[in-house]
Amino acid sequence: MPKWFTPVAVMCGAMLAASPLVIASADYESTMGLVQKIFYYHMPSAWMFLIAAMVCGVASIRFLATGDPRHDRTALAAGELLVVFGLITLVTGPLWARKAWGTFWIWDARTTSSLVSWMIGCAYLILRRYGGPGSEKLAAALALFGMANVPFIYISVNYWRTIHPATTVVPKLPFTMGFPLWFCVTTFALLFVVLLKLRVRVEEQQAQVDALYLSLDER
Amino acid sequence: MMRVAWLILRKDLTVEVRSREIAYTTLFFAVSCVLVFAFALVREGRGPEDGAAGILWIAVMFAGNLALGRTFERERQSETLRALLLAPASRPAVYVGKLLGILVLLFGTELLLVPLVALLFQARLLAHPFWLIAIMTTGTVGFAAVGTLFAAMLVRARSRDVLLPVLLYPITVPVIIAGVRGTATLLQPELETGIIRFWFALLVTFDVVFVTLALWTFEAVMTD
Repeated sequence: MPKWFTPVAVMCGAMLAASPLVIASADYESTMGLVQKIFYYHMPSAWMFLIAAMVCGVASIRFLATGDPRHDRTALAAGELLVVFGLITLVTGPLWARKAWGTFWIWDARTTSSLVSWMIGCAYLILRRYGGPGSEKLAAALALFGMANVPFIYISVNYWRTIHPATTVVPKLPFTMGFPLWFCVTTFALLFVVLLKLRVRVEEQQAQVDALYLSLDER
Repeated sequence: MMRVAWLILRKDLTVEVRSREIAYTTLFFAVSCVLVFAFALVREGRGPEDGAAGILWIAVMFAGNLALGRTFERERQSETLRALLLAPASRPAVYVGKLLGILVLLFGTELLLVPLVALLFQARLLAHPFWLIAIMTTGTVGFAAVGTLFAAMLVRARSRDVLLPVLLYPITVPVIIAGVRGTATLLQPELETGIIRFWFALLVTFDVVFVTLALWTFEAVMTD
């Protein structure tokens, strides 16, 4: 493990443990009250969801272009984080929306493209898990297509909803960007880096073990 | 390249004309699909408003999934896909040839499905034939472009039958939205050309982007 890993992991753990206290100390939002505090976990995980998708897509393209297995390991680790952070986002979002908008789900561009991206992430992991040998390249192609897909989903849902506007007026969200928010964003970013590094490390060691088995067989 | 694609298309059509296996099964499945929806949704002779557009596209996509799976299963069983890839032909040409074969099958299915859905759901699908053809063609090309690539990739994967729809449907969500909304616009009493033009443009862009990506990816994923 690189030198920076242990201090970063410790700091991440401490910040994660402290985050409920920091969130508790934040002011109540005037109209939504307590439920608005979901925001401090919802938005950072949504950002990590997005970053994981980008890391997975870029690593997949590089793997397709170069065939270097290091990029493939990064893509797999990012794909798993995409599903985890996506799940947190998709669970916390509706809980908050129920209180803020009066409904668990609205089919607007952002929620729909998040849901579909998350589904593509799940399909990616299913393919990696059950596709058998040689499925890395297929999964990389899927990640590439998934990335190219996002603007299309966004535009199409946006247009569809503008033609048929929802009857309930969706209020503009209050956007008080305080200390707790940035604290949580930093915490989640550190968590992302730590988990990504750990997961890549597991894959590297797996590859080493496989290589050792193969060299034993040859003797 | 076009010559190789044409030869592959001709080969696929010859095989299909002799057995008619995929054409018959796909058609029958598509019709059964529409019937299930008719039983589920038609009340007192009328379907739900705009329902015909959605049902038409669901039937096309389900049948398309079946056709894609069968087409490549046939190539796998007799190891002919390997022979195709070993032949001194460029990979993109092989892809285009297979894509054209799938498209012929799907267009054939749609020729039957459109009147059937129009009849069973009393939908005015044929009121604007030009726009209907435009939306159906671009939508089908987008679906088949992604589908052909994924089905070809999955030939060597385990549990390929299950994986194809799992991968294909999330990726083709824009085609579903644009196809269904575009077709639903055609069902309105007054045609709103601006809206239909938007969906058509979106589908054309999707086709161009994904066919280009597929041509590039096919080379990379079909090389061991």
